[in-house]
Amino acid sequence: MISSADISALKVTLLLAGTTTIILLLAGIPLAWWLARTRCRLRLMLEAVIALPLVLPPTVLGFYLLLMLGPDGPLGRFSEMLGFGSLAFTFTGLVIGSCIYSLPFAVQPMRDAFAAMGDRPLEAAATLRAGPLDRFLTVTLPLATPGILTATVLTFAHTLGEFGVVLMIGGNIPGRTQVLSIAIYDHVEALEYANAHILSAGLLIFSFLLLLFTYGLGHRMRMIRP
Amino acid sequence: MIESTFTLQRSDFRLEVDEAFPGRGVTALFGPSGCGKTTWLRVIAGLERIRDAVIRFDGNSWQDGRTFLPVHRRPIGYVFQDAALFPHMNVEAYLRYGWRRNGRRDDGIPWEEVIGLLELEPLLHRRPASLSGGEAQRVAIGRALLSAPRLLLMDEPLSALDAAARKHILSLLERLKCELSIPVIYVSHSRDEVARLTDHLVLMGRGHVRASGPLAELWTRLDIAAEHGGAASSVVEARVAGHDEAWNLTLLDFPGGRFMVAREALPTGADVRLRIMARDVSITLERQTGTSILNIFPATVTGLAPTGPAQMLVRLDVGGVPLLSGVTRRSAHALGLKPGRKVHAQVKAVALL
Repeated sequence: MISSADISALKVTLLLAGTTTIILLLAGIPLAWWLARTRCRLRLMLEAVIALPLVLPPTVLGFYLLLMLGPDGPLGRFSEMLGFGSLAFTFTGLVIGSCIYSLPFAVQPMRDAFAAMGDRPLEAAATLRAGPLDRFLTVTLPLATPGILTATVLTFAHTLGEFGVVLMIGGNIPGRTQVLSIAIYDHVEALEYANAHILSAGLLIFSFLLLLFTYGLGHRMRMIRP
Repeated sequence: MIESTFTLQRSDFRLEVDEAFPGRGVTALFGPSGCGKTTWLRVIAGLERIRDAVIRFDGNSWQDGRTFLPVHRRPIGYVFQDAALFPHMNVEAYLRYGWRRNGRRDDGIPWEEVIGLLELEPLLHRRPASLSGGEAQRVAIGRALLSAPRLLLMDEPLSALDAAARKHILSLLERLKCELSIPVIYVSHSRDEVARLTDHLVLMGRGHVRASGPLAELWTRLDIAAEHGGAASSVVEARVAGHDEAWNLTLLDFPGGRFMVAREALPTGADVRLRIMARDVSITLERQTGTSILNIFPATVTGLAPTGPAQMLVRLDVGGVPLLSGVTRRSAHALGLKPGRKVHAQVKAVALL
């Protein structure tokens, strides 16, 4: 019933979502921390740019990314200079696109968590002889855990469901850049509704469970720490 | 010695400070809210960074020119107005947080002593969210002590508590003061707390220091005491000289003589602090006989100030100790009270703090 192409689409999708989530967490935590703390004017500009993927049609984003990553685009040329070839229609290109597309889902919950804890716990930690890194690891991160968890799940789930950007910059190369959402689209185009059902229902149930888990965990954490 | 010199300008508020406190005992920064006392404390701690401030502790520069010792390198303990506990740690983990990082565990106060003094044992496994205000503040004081501070900074630690918790913690603070030798800077706007705990008083107006000096001296300065109106009082340090077993009295010696008060369970030799309301002190020209009042001392008038249309405050010197008396203008006139006049002070009531 489920073809080997579907299996590889599933693999590509999970790999893409996982890679994107890891990259966005690593980059998003410092960025969110900075956004929550700074009084710099540049912050408003940056917040607006980060929020853009929420409102733009993915095709717009995809279009500009295609131009940037293609052999004539600045990023594409840079990558060709390094000997990696053009980034368009590659998995790396997909990861770059996904990171930009899912950025607000990673940054906003963490920024809110960092902002909500206020200065007081960190000041208290400083008076207890904890240095900056120590404070970050033992106070900031644990207090922001619910926000970081939300960011992780939302980023992962959102990348799973990506379609427009992938279509524009990834093409549809089975085993390399074909992801689930596009595989579903192909099945529907070919009137293979049964296959489309399996993949769609799978994605639906999985996303639902993921969100349910997150909200449940968030609820339990709030019970412990009001 | 704790020295602070700085000027802070923030929109329409200006705080100007150039003061040195003694490096022992309790120093109170006392003044109305908004006068800048918390900001001052934060500057000393390094939580507030002001340009061109100079902060020195026992000869070490904490801030001076380009030197700025970050908060976590200053040997301070800080108690915030709210307890500022970490919601993700239980009480024991929280107390150990500062304990593990204090770096000089051996000469700090032993763990058991802090736990005992502040009665923290039953709280160790509780979560911060389940603590009452008073319990949380006890934990906050404990964690500050366990970080082995050489200077303890307290920012209105009792102001967020209800009356019962306040009373309890105030008595714990008095015990701490007796048993530990860490200098304390205590921010407060409560006369009671200051009268009970403080040795050195820094009286603040909006953005500046109005006066500073030993508590007993400053507390009875006429211009300052007159603002307290009917609540004007004197603070007298005394020592338990013994007990009168026959009449169940406790004898308290101070430089001006001996107080007799209803018996208190205090060991001979203990230091006590007495608070005497001005309205409980009356003045006679000759030593009264045939009176029920036990505590009568020869005194010299050192100053007078009006406190109302009919009232006056008289400052007396009793063997070098300042004592305030509230009398009517009429009596002051009738007795011919003026500086230098020899009188007798009759003390009707004494409160042990």
